Amino acid sequence: MLVDPEVRAALIAGAVVAVLCGAIGVFVVMRRASFAGHAITDVGFTGGAGATLAGVSPLGGLLTFSVLGSLLISRLGDRVRERDIATGTVLTVALGLGSLFLWIQTRYVSEPASLLFGSIFAVQAEVLHVTIVIGSAALIALAVLYRPLLYSTISPDSAEARGVSPGFIGGAFLVLLGVAVAEAAQLVGVLLTTALLVGPASAATYLTKRTSAAIALSMAIGLAVITLSIALAYESYYWPPGGKGWPVSFFVGALSLAAFVAARAEVRRRRLSVLIDEEAE
Amino acid sequence: MQNAFLASGAIAVLTGVVGIFVVLRANSFAAHALAQISFAGAAGAVLLRLEPLWGLIAFALAGAAGLGVLSVGGARRDAATALVMTAALGTGALFLVLNNTYATSVFSLLFGSIVGISRSAVAGTAVLALITLAMLGALFRPMLFATVNLEGARARGVPLTRLNSAFLVCLALAAAATIPIVGSLLVFALLVAPPAAATLLAKNPLQAVVLAVVLNLTCSWGGIVIAYYTTLPVGFIISVLAASTYLAARVYNERVRA
Amino acid sequence: MSVRLGDRVVLHDITFDVEAGEFIGIIGSNGAGKTTLLRTLLGLIRPSSGTVSIFGRPVRRGNRSIGYVAQRTVVDPDLPLRGSDYVSFGLDGERWGFALPSRARSQEIAKAIEAVDATDYADKPIGSLSGGEQQRLFIAQVLLQQPKILLLDEPLSNLDMRSGQEIVNLVARLARERGMTVLFVTHDMNPLTGVMSRVLYLASGHAVVGTVADVVREDVLSDLYGYHVDVVRVGDRVIVVAGDESCAHP
Repeated sequence: MLVDPEVRAALIAGAVVAVLCGAIGVFVVMRRASFAGHAITDVGFTGGAGATLAGVSPLGGLLTFSVLGSLLISRLGDRVRERDIATGTVLTVALGLGSLFLWIQTRYVSEPASLLFGSIFAVQAEVLHVTIVIGSAALIALAVLYRPLLYSTISPDSAEARGVSPGFIGGAFLVLLGVAVAEAAQLVGVLLTTALLVGPASAATYLTKRTSAAIALSMAIGLAVITLSIALAYESYYWPPGGKGWPVSFFVGALSLAAFVAARAEVRRRRLSVLIDEEAE
Repeated sequence: MQNAFLASGAIAVLTGVVGIFVVLRANSFAAHALAQISFAGAAGAVLLRLEPLWGLIAFALAGAAGLGVLSVGGARRDAATALVMTAALGTGALFLVLNNTYATSVFSLLFGSIVGISRSAVAGTAVLALITLAMLGALFRPMLFATVNLEGARARGVPLTRLNSAFLVCLALAAAATIPIVGSLLVFALLVAPPAAATLLAKNPLQAVVLAVVLNLTCSWGGIVIAYYTTLPVGFIISVLAASTYLAARVYNERVRA
Repeated sequence: MSVRLGDRVVLHDITFDVEAGEFIGIIGSNGAGKTTLLRTLLGLIRPSSGTVSIFGRPVRRGNRSIGYVAQRTVVDPDLPLRGSDYVSFGLDGERWGFALPSRARSQEIAKAIEAVDATDYADKPIGSLSGGEQQRLFIAQVLLQQPKILLLDEPLSNLDMRSGQEIVNLVARLARERGMTVLFVTHDMNPLTGVMSRVLYLASGHAVVGTVADVVREDVLSDLYGYHVDVVRVGDRVIVVAGDESCAHP
């Protein structure tokens, strides 16, 4: 399997996305920003798609859209309900535009499935390189934001008293998130990006008691999920009835959800056994 | 053409009412997720050589159930929603791949088929809409209470988890009714932005519901008319109009308050 | 000073001075303007009229000499953060990047945790601790910035009476040992009676300042509230009740 160059490329691309999303995902989960994360992925991806259609640089379209989307969500919504509506509205626009682009493209293309779901086995080298560069920059930015972001996430009022403006740090995080996941989506599609952003991180945050450990574990789980998914997708060509490979997105979606559910169950089990021990004493 | 106006009228009423609660309960993500999940169900139905609509409804209800279960103890509700959605979409991708024939019927569910819609489809939508509205009518008061005063409602014995599940079922049914008409990408447009605009501008819940319906009707019918003359896709126009209502309401609100 | 938020005047003509080392209880029910007062002292809100100065200088944001223990702190039960990690924000939580672990740092953090008697459970995830245990860690965090003034916003609201009293005694002891001035916001002044020097009574944006004997009197408080209140003494506890209705305000 590893001899196949397509598979190797897919593994590398998957690893890049898993590491990037695993790290940022921990903050997405802690800040309850899964919707925003998914929405901005969609927004940026739509921007890239639109730019390609228009014959302009896809990276430019992606960056413009994801930064605009992040800033708009940040500006429109501070409290939970407002943030929810803001995200929903921005997503509405993005989906509308996306449907426009899809409609334009389906007049020339007969298989919209691959447009929608992407295919990790058809990774383009230039996109991979750009993703690695942007991903690395995003991780560095995350390292710089780390302390005030964590502080503001956990204790927004105390942090504000110490000079950390929640609006500013929240907005900076959303922009960073947007750029990173939009680019990842260009590489492997919106579905994989969202799943790898939320699943491994939500499992890891259940299982660890330190944020740094959560980030490391999240990246590890993400790597495991994507590698296993690619392997299974490859093998599925040989499964009955034979000749059709199951899509990677199916495995990633299923495994990410499974990771979350398993971690949640494990935490509940631990809590329950602590209670039982306490009662026995 | 007349059918299109009738069908979208019914949709506008349904999504206007459901949308108010989506907005008040901050459930936009669930709405979006259920729309995507239903789409996967339709793909599955086609695989099994069934009517896509059945798969749509089945998956929508299953999705609602899944979201309800996973959001108990609610701290990670948003993460759970995202993961159920991506799992369902991945399953949908699998169904599409396993299909031997190209599933045009599935893709019409992406964009909807508002212009080419038949009388019987309008009737079907109307029935589903009525069922959902009836359910919402029964749930209206306790849901409103729980939305504005969670602890108070809990203290008065309002069964919050069952209420949550019931609402998700309403959402699922609304999505199932709406998707064949407007498409899964855009059912979301009518459930969030115009109702949100309505809640900003209205002075009481009933006013908000009425206003949401009016806004949705404007966006839908206006969208059909504009699309007719510009040949751009209907869904695109409607979603742009819908988003603008919210942005306009925000601007108006901030001007008036300042 | 007066403070306007939007088109509402939240605080009307509040004037008071605080001496170093005092323990002031800021008492008032919700909506009276307590949080607004605190945020003004923290430099997060600018008064629409009047001035606020700390140690002779006007207030500014991010002043390290004020230790603020906030009212709401998002503690998700499954947060991957140990108690000691939370406390460590007190050293440098607002600075960019991340802190490299060092022995000096760990020792300082350990000392602060010891000062609040939380050493036994500081290593557990903060979300798994009880309200009282968390409150101690919130205080430890603030101690790390070596503040001269301690602002505590409703620290007792989620605690039972005994834990609440323990926290009050802890704060009083730390204040004495470190020479800190304390402004303690709460809606029940009884746990504070042994330790506070003066009370600032806040109602509907108006304030009265003075010793308990001077302020907690029917004539003064009725004037403040704008309607008749009764002051009921039960043993050494005080309850303020509105007129004839039994809406008791301890």
